[in-house]
Amino acid sequence: MNRGYINRIKDKAFGLVGLIATLFGLLILTFLIGQVFYEGYNRIDLDFIKSLPSRKPEKAGIYTALAGTVWILFLTTIFSLPLGISTGIYLEEYTKKSRFTDLLEINVSNLAGVPSIIYGLLGLEVFGRMLNLGNSLLAGALTLSLLVLPIIIVTTREAIRAVPNSLRMASYGLGASKWQTIWEQILPASMGGILTGVILAISRAVGETAPLLVVGALAYVPFAPSSPLDEFTVLPIQIFNWISRPQHGFSVNAAAAILLLLTITFIMNGVAVYLRNRWQKKHNW
Amino acid sequence: MKSTDYKIKSENVDVYYGDKKALTDINLNIRPNTVTALIGPSGCGKSTFLRVLNRMNDYIDSFSMTGKISIDGEDIYQSKIRVEDLRANVGMVFQKPNPFPKSIFDNVAYGLKIQGMKDKEFIKKRVESALKQAALWSEVKDDLKNPALSLSGGQQQRLCIARALAVNPKVLLMDEPTSALDPISTAKIEELIFNLKEKYTIVIVTHNMQQASRISDYTAFFYMGKLIEFDKTAEIFTHPREEKTQNYITGRFG
Amino acid sequence: MTQKNKEVCIELVLKLSGTITVLTTFGIIWVLFSESFSFFKEVSIVEFLTDNQWTPLFANKRFGIMPLISGTLLTTAIALTVALPLGLSIAIYLSEYAPKRLRLIVKPLLEMLASIPTVVYGFFALMIVTPFLKTILPNISGFNALSAGIVMGIMIIPFISSMSEDALRSVPKSIREASYGIGATRLQTSFRVMVPAASSGIIVSVILAFSRAIGETMIVAIAAGQQPRLTLNPLVPIETITAYIVQVSLGDVPHGSLEYKTIFAAGMTLFVFTFILNNIAFWVRKKFREEYE
Repeated sequence: MNRGYINRIKDKAFGLVGLIATLFGLLILTFLIGQVFYEGYNRIDLDFIKSLPSRKPEKAGIYTALAGTVWILFLTTIFSLPLGISTGIYLEEYTKKSRFTDLLEINVSNLAGVPSIIYGLLGLEVFGRMLNLGNSLLAGALTLSLLVLPIIIVTTREAIRAVPNSLRMASYGLGASKWQTIWEQILPASMGGILTGVILAISRAVGETAPLLVVGALAYVPFAPSSPLDEFTVLPIQIFNWISRPQHGFSVNAAAAILLLLTITFIMNGVAVYLRNRWQKKHNW
Repeated sequence: MKSTDYKIKSENVDVYYGDKKALTDINLNIRPNTVTALIGPSGCGKSTFLRVLNRMNDYIDSFSMTGKISIDGEDIYQSKIRVEDLRANVGMVFQKPNPFPKSIFDNVAYGLKIQGMKDKEFIKKRVESALKQAALWSEVKDDLKNPALSLSGGQQQRLCIARALAVNPKVLLMDEPTSALDPISTAKIEELIFNLKEKYTIVIVTHNMQQASRISDYTAFFYMGKLIEFDKTAEIFTHPREEKTQNYITGRFG
Repeated sequence: MTQKNKEVCIELVLKLSGTITVLTTFGIIWVLFSESFSFFKEVSIVEFLTDNQWTPLFANKRFGIMPLISGTLLTTAIALTVALPLGLSIAIYLSEYAPKRLRLIVKPLLEMLASIPTVVYGFFALMIVTPFLKTILPNISGFNALSAGIVMGIMIIPFISSMSEDALRSVPKSIREASYGIGATRLQTSFRVMVPAASSGIIVSVILAFSRAIGETMIVAIAAGQQPRLTLNPLVPIETITAYIVQVSLGDVPHGSLEYKTIFAAGMTLFVFTFILNNIAFWVRKKFREEYE
């Protein structure tokens, strides 16, 4: 056997290893979701969705958690979307390269790497205690907004950077001001990418548990919140709570709630991926 | 001719990018309703000079300039000048066609829209006349709602010219406008430039010597950041005074 | 309002939102430092760093952070043991071997792995993986570092694979072709040319995955237990820094008490770890960008 032959065998072998590794991740995912599906599917019905929490697993439902999740989704979007997009625009279009922008850049990259539970500690002190919002929806949503801000900023910047400079020059060349150029040309051209980032960020917020636990979101909230200052729970916290209980009935509930939570996140991610692809195809500069 | 009769005057213009000197002591006066070609090898500073005329270099962080550029007798680098107004007066067409990803109509109407023009009838008329001036009207008049990016390369470039004309500039700067186009589209645009000088003062950067000799009244030869020679085009191409010009136009370097 | 004034106002508004990110950072540092500071007024730093017991919630209070750090590093090490070989193999396979169509399908699916909420992974670890491990290792506890670590590893596979693949694909094509041109196989090209050329990007992905695993909360809070102990045994319950913070948050600890302050001291320890890792990653990435520009 010559070396060339051995090398070819090795080459083929690694190709197989790579394929197996790739499939392994996906198969594990399928298996785990399959298990959850098997466990929780039968539990999902209208009663489960409409019922308030209860000490008896078969009577307990996710109504308050679902309402809390919707509230959180709504409020977090309101806070983080304008802030994140504005910051992205500022960093990409207004700042000249300087020490200050270097600092801002390191800062955003660092914030993206701060563990979510640390944001919880920040929210607990600043929103919960100093602004006296306690464990309200508002405190939770503000905390999550800061958490997802870096995601929106980074994707906004990437999307803006993808807009060819010739478009900018064409607009300036016609006498458009900076903001007119941004508003009329750059934002429409990068909207697909920005929206993708926003959806991914919000989907992250919907799945977060730890920071809300620290801020003090409660596992047992008997009524759906009716204002941003009310106490609340969300799906992930409800799931966490059910997992921690010994009775088998609650882990079935947890599985059912997980199925709903996964459906929400997968739909949001699916939309984001779809938007990204469509946007990439449409703007093939 | 009195000095105030010049449309564009450039006096002792030096340009730096950081520490690098890009233009040295440029003195160049351009008469109204003429076509002036800027020629020279790559990196000679001709595009830099073109972009100095409507302050497009302002977007380069390391850019700095000394000397004076005036258009219609007014220093365009003084602080009371709004750069947006300047650019509406001094339109620009770029090397590669760069239509906005919008409809044909919206492309041409864009300049009016950002000036705050609301009168729809007026805009419509202006768009039509700009497209006619750019010799594009007959080809697109039924498809004004179509995306500009669906046009061919040559049509896109004429659209960009129409877009620049719609805001009624006095000067039109063109940065190698045909370098990305095929010969037929190029011929159309050259014809267009010839007709446009009735109303506009045109400054065009070109790599193509034949093009310069075909369409321009005056030609300026740049070499290594300096203006070597500036004269009537016929003079430059038949009796160049400088050896460098002679060498360049006969294709010995460049 | 004139156009000029409008422009200035808009820039100001944008700049203000930019400063929010800076304020967030200051907020985090200030909150962690001020609460930790008052914690260290009551507990000596030496005890905090050297004591081998962490029992702030018991009658006999001891404040040694080591058991929490060891728990954190143990689960992280297990996670990286799972995620590194898999993630890198996937990255190399997708960028050097896989047909384009497969890559286009697989990549978003892997990204889906990363989008699953961590509480769901916690459920996987506790309800599915631990019972499965029990069939192989009968003396494993119901809460243990192994199961949490493995699931965490699965969770961070896409971080490593996706970022490493991007790094590999950003290597200029000509380099790969040069290697093929002298008769190298794909495997030789991958490991002798591509991986070294993309090494800084790959290192960044590993560091960020490391940092992510250290800060991961829900999986360990659900499946690894709440018993801080200084051990390398993956089969017994342990507690991580993050899980401790959750544990205290769930209880009813009054503000201002020493127990309340412990979560900030623990949080600060966690923050210092991830801050160092993130900055190394940022620095490596910056160097990497300069190489190719």
